[in-house]
Amino acid sequence: MTTTEMTDPTTVQENAQRDKSDRQRTFWHKTTPYWFMSPYIIIFGTFGIFPVLFMIYLSFHTWNPVAGLGTMEYVGLENYALSLTDPTLWQTLWNTLLMALYSGIPQHLVALPLAYLLVQLGSRARHWLTTAYFLPYVTSTIAISMIFFVMFSKESGIINQALTGLANGSLTGWAFGWLNGVMPLGWVQENSLIRYSVSFVVFWKYVGFNIVIYTAGLATISDELYEAAIIDGANSWQRFTRIALPLLRPFIFFAVTLTIIGNMNLFDEPYVLTRGLQQASTNGMTISNYLYRVAWEWLDMGSAAAISWILFMVIGVFTGLYFWFFGRRGLGGD
Amino acid sequence: MKTLTTAQKQSLDGVFHTLGKAMLWTALLTAVVFTVFPFLWSLLMATHDRSTMFSSGLNLALGDQLVANYHRLLDIMDFWVGMFNSFSVALLGTVTSLLFCSMCGYALAVFEFRGRKVLFGMMICSMMLPPILTLIPYYMVINTIGLSNTHLAVWLPFSINPFGIFLIRQYVVASVPKDLLEAAKLDGASAFRTYWSVVLPLLRPGLATLAIVQFVFLWNNFLQPLVVLTSSDKMVITQMLRSVQGVPNTPWGALMLGTFISILPLVVIYMTASKQMISGLTSGAVKN
Repeated sequence: MTTTEMTDPTTVQENAQRDKSDRQRTFWHKTTPYWFMSPYIIIFGTFGIFPVLFMIYLSFHTWNPVAGLGTMEYVGLENYALSLTDPTLWQTLWNTLLMALYSGIPQHLVALPLAYLLVQLGSRARHWLTTAYFLPYVTSTIAISMIFFVMFSKESGIINQALTGLANGSLTGWAFGWLNGVMPLGWVQENSLIRYSVSFVVFWKYVGFNIVIYTAGLATISDELYEAAIIDGANSWQRFTRIALPLLRPFIFFAVTLTIIGNMNLFDEPYVLTRGLQQASTNGMTISNYLYRVAWEWLDMGSAAAISWILFMVIGVFTGLYFWFFGRRGLGGD
Repeated sequence: MKTLTTAQKQSLDGVFHTLGKAMLWTALLTAVVFTVFPFLWSLLMATHDRSTMFSSGLNLALGDQLVANYHRLLDIMDFWVGMFNSFSVALLGTVTSLLFCSMCGYALAVFEFRGRKVLFGMMICSMMLPPILTLIPYYMVINTIGLSNTHLAVWLPFSINPFGIFLIRQYVVASVPKDLLEAAKLDGASAFRTYWSVVLPLLRPGLATLAIVQFVFLWNNFLQPLVVLTSSDKMVITQMLRSVQGVPNTPWGALMLGTFISILPLVVIYMTASKQMISGLTSGAVKN
């Protein structure tokens, strides 16, 4: 809004003053959005853009962070060559993928039917049960992993104690007696078991989150559809597979996407369950854990930067393929 | 007997109905026990010491070591220092993010300006980037600008959470009438004044959601503190609990007590406001 086109007779001096304050005002007016955006611009510039550019530079160098920036040395593509031929990198990538499958698939196979049962209850019961199921999601992964680490303990853990009880019980002995031959099981000590242990904790923590998403999804399906299906003689199972599941597709797609992203970043659970990567780490270490080890235990920042970029490519390709194959169908053809 | 009378049919239906109900509740309640058990078990373990814990065989009785475990806990770590550090990181980070995210969300919702689309694109890209990939550059920057071993380094980068900015933007678009902004402008209020005294009060539900998300995230965060905080007087509680795992003859009872206390603040908040927390923490996933 300008005042210069006002027709009042005014002196030249007044006009000049007004012009000045106008210019000031338009300056503030024009830059206002940027003042409001400045926290994002400054912080994202510092912690987002600059470092990513610097990481490209770093991946062609060796750098020990303890020795300071002056020790940086140009090594060309050596970091990439080393990382690409590093068997541990591919092993940890494979571990990450397997644990994503072991924890991800059961998560959704359990959450879907449970959510379907939940929506058939009254709102009060549903609320209480949902509150219970969601509890693990609110608590810290470290705390949960510590609790499970104790539960998985070889000699005194409740899981082995319960299995021993089953194997020696008079009623259950015939079915579980064979367990005596393999007890005590080193859930977090053995490379053969660690993936299952980690996956179980991940499954336990996130199943409630998926239940909530699916409950919300099921609540969007109108009762009339189910009623029409009942009239047509569809039983409970058919109503689940023919009505609920197809209409839930966008929700399933979304929840599965979140599971995949979450699993790519899996760090805390395997870190605690392998006792800080000290035991069963061959099969239990994820790609994030390995990156941490290279950068902060071996202090090889250059290689770690190269691994980050390789990982970025791998994730990019997988994400692209995933959206290519499932994206359109998952979102219901939109 | 080939045909059933109506009465028989009805009673049979009733039996099936009751059976179905019983199975439904069995499934749902088994899942509850399965979910809650580890928490109760950690509390139970907090009352035992190594000798009673390591007795073979299932032992579900309460021990008498609770007080002793508390003293052991204080022996092995500065437990309350860790709790206080976690609290101050979570609180400062949450308050700052409420300010920054609402400023940016307001700007994106209300103003048309050059570079808006670029900023939008950057936010979406940064949301898709796995955090682990930015961990090394994050650490380098922290080191370079001299923020290593400070709490600021742990919460500042998360104060511009793009999810939060989008959330607030949606709230501004949905719940701040354009006329109101026009009226404030006509009354001569500056843009900042409008934001502070007209827009912010209207955003309360959105800010509450964002506060929940940020506080829970910062309280539970482990990776960034692990990398940045090195001295024991700065460490947050997740870090302290984890680091005791390496101690030989770990006093597990004491550690379980510490773990249980560390999750209590969030659990207590959750018990009183579970509806808001569930909808807040899934608000990125579920539109409601």
